[in-house]
Amino acid sequence: MDEQEKPLSLVLFSGTDDKLNAAAVLTVGAAAMGRPVNVFLQYYALDAFRAGRVHADHALSPEATREQSPVVRAHPGAHWSDLLQQAKEVGEVNIQACALSMDMFHLTRGDLDPLVDGVEGVAAFMASVGDGQVLFV
Amino acid sequence: MNNTVQIDKTIDARGMACPGPLMNLIGAIRQGEVGQTFDVLSSDEGSKTDIPAWVAKAKHELIEVRPDAGFTHFIVRKVR
Repeated sequence: MDEQEKPLSLVLFSGTDDKLNAAAVLTVGAAAMGRPVNVFLQYYALDAFRAGRVHADHALSPEATREQSPVVRAHPGAHWSDLLQQAKEVGEVNIQACALSMDMFHLTRGDLDPLVDGVEGVAAFMASVGDGQVLFV
Repeated sequence: MNNTVQIDKTIDARGMACPGPLMNLIGAIRQGEVGQTFDVLSSDEGSKTDIPAWVAKAKHELIEVRPDAGFTHFIVRKVR
C-alpha cells in the first residue's frame, strides 16, 4: 500500500443508524484498502455524533419497511461508531463537522464525540476531496 | 487438519459480521512478526472476497482457502 491511493469522500447527511452504519462500512473498507477517507458531517448526521449520544437510538431510514426494521435492528454487526474507530486504526480517516451545521444546532467543538477530528467549512472539505468523487449519504 | 503449514496464530472470527473477520486479521497481522502464519476462521460470506482482496493489496501471502463445516479457513502469511 505504498502508492498514493485516491481518497474516498463521504458527506453524511442522514442521521439514522442504518445509513450511518452503511457509511461506516464503506469507510472501514476503504481505509483497510489503503484509501484515505474524508467524512463531512452535516445536519442529522452531525447530531448523531454529539458527545454521549453516539450509542443512542437514531432510528432507521423511512425506506425501512415494517418487516425489514426488526431484521436490521436484530443484526449483530458492529455499531457504526466502532467501525469508524477501527477505520481510524487501520487507515487515514478524517472526520470533520460542517461549520454551518454546527451553527444551526448551536454546537461547539466540545459538544462532539472524540471521533470527530475538527470543524471545517465546505471549501476546506472540497480542498480535501481534490478531484475525487463525493458520495452523499 | 491435514495441512503442512505451521499456524502461529488462529483467529476465530466465526459468527462475526462483515467486515469483522477481516478487521481481526488486519489487527493480528499488524501485531505479528514477518513470516508468521495466521489461520482466520470465518463464517462471513464477505470474507471470501474481502480477505483475498486485502491480502493482495497489502502484499501478504494467501497460502490457502479451505472450506470447513459452516465456515472457511483463510491461511495468511505476513510477508512484510
